[in-house]
Amino acid sequence: MATLLEISGLTSHYGRIQALKGIDVTVAEGELVALVGANGAGKTTLLRCISGVQSVTSGSISFAGQDITKMPPEHRVGLGISQSPEGRQVFGPMSVEDNLRLGAYRRHGPSIKADLDRMYEMFPILYKKRELPAGTLSGGQQQMLAIARALMANPRVLLLDEPSMGLAPLLVAEIFRTIVALKEAGTTIFLVEQNAYAALAIADRGYVLETGSVVLNDIGSNLLANDKVKEAYLGL
Amino acid sequence: MFAAFLQYLFSGLTSGAIYALAGLGFAIIYNSSQVINFAQGEFIMIGGMSSATLVASGVPMPLAISLAMLISMAAGIALEKFAIEPARNSDVVTIIIITIGASIFMRGAAQLIWDKEFHSLPAFSGESPIAVMGATLMPQSLWVFAVSGVVIVALWWFFNRTMFGKAMLGTSHNRLAAQLVGVGVKKVLLASFALSALLGAVGGIVVTPITFTNYEAGIMLGLKGFSAAVLGGLGNGGGAIVGGLIVGIAEALASGYLSSAYKDAIAFVIILFVLFFMPNGLFGKRGTDRV
Repeated sequence: MATLLEISGLTSHYGRIQALKGIDVTVAEGELVALVGANGAGKTTLLRCISGVQSVTSGSISFAGQDITKMPPEHRVGLGISQSPEGRQVFGPMSVEDNLRLGAYRRHGPSIKADLDRMYEMFPILYKKRELPAGTLSGGQQQMLAIARALMANPRVLLLDEPSMGLAPLLVAEIFRTIVALKEAGTTIFLVEQNAYAALAIADRGYVLETGSVVLNDIGSNLLANDKVKEAYLGL
Repeated sequence: MFAAFLQYLFSGLTSGAIYALAGLGFAIIYNSSQVINFAQGEFIMIGGMSSATLVASGVPMPLAISLAMLISMAAGIALEKFAIEPARNSDVVTIIIITIGASIFMRGAAQLIWDKEFHSLPAFSGESPIAVMGATLMPQSLWVFAVSGVVIVALWWFFNRTMFGKAMLGTSHNRLAAQLVGVGVKKVLLASFALSALLGAVGGIVVTPITFTNYEAGIMLGLKGFSAAVLGGLGNGGGAIVGGLIVGIAEALASGYLSSAYKDAIAFVIILFVLFFMPNGLFGKRGTDRV
């Protein structure tokens, strides 16, 4: 499998506070890679760096062999990096359909309509509510909208930040089923989760992040069996 | 009695339409950057002054008007490129102060390029007043209503029917999300200044045959557009339109029934009233968001 996303020695700061201390992560084409870790470990910061909305202090990010460390965020979307951000971040007053169409902002042509129909097929509730303001949807529906909006960019890699946060267990299961289905359809996914058990259970490989550094890096099932991971993140 | 009221109403609606356009200009820039652009009035002045002097020097009116709109848009783009963008990492308050400086600069430049005299533009379709139930309406007022109406419909279409318009709206609702779907927020900011300048210019051009214009005409028009935007709820387009009409009518009624000396005070009384009693304006967002 060809490496799609390669992050090496990445550091990033919020003011004087160092959030990432030299991260090395790779994601290969077609892989589902999970990044788990406690609150404040730097998971969201790493995704923000990949999308280009957080400035990188040193290190590099390359995508499909191209160095994108300094590329503006909108061009990264054009290359195929799409993110469903933490906290959903839907365009609240705008309709569900406008949210989805904005997801395809960098694209042109009739394939957008086909993808829109595909999203409605995947998330029938969004079709039912397509004319309502996105802000009136429930948390779970907004999460589906955020994922669908990210998919509308027709991404080569989908970055998912805490898709299960704040959702009822039934909905969490549904979101994870969706992620598995996307992976099976061939989408490359980089999944960031606090829900380490669920994330590692479906991931090909996983990284464990602690206060800005990768402390473990293995295939998903090995991490699930790892005593240190069990103790720290799975509550076993 | 009624004829006098109608007369005040006509004059209020005419200036109100211009305040509405200025208010929309404030709203568009505020939405894309949280900045209140105090140079908005200068766009109105540049539109009026350029068209008036071009027509006076023999350029045919339609061409002069188009050029004036382009000149004003160029001023808006230059303001964003050379004054706002270099300071994009500063506080919003810092940027607002930059716009105040820019407005002083533009007034000074206008004094040098033109002069300190009043300039006028011939009315677009004659000066013979139309009698309406005892009151008179100038044909130019009809132009003001029609042009403002067309501009408002065009804006509505732009923001609701074009992808770039929706991207600008999306940026105002959630900047991070807009970046993540690939909207270039720099481009949005530049477009918002160009669009606001164009709105100001259109207002300045259609109203110049009625009110005349000079290098500092933008101060009052800008401040009244600002009160329109605040009254309607900052950042709310529809609110800015309603706010503009209310400010225009209120000041026409006050100068008619009280004293014309109070005309300019009305807008400021309205701002104070809004700030004291309803800081969100008529249609503004409440200070809460669903998370």
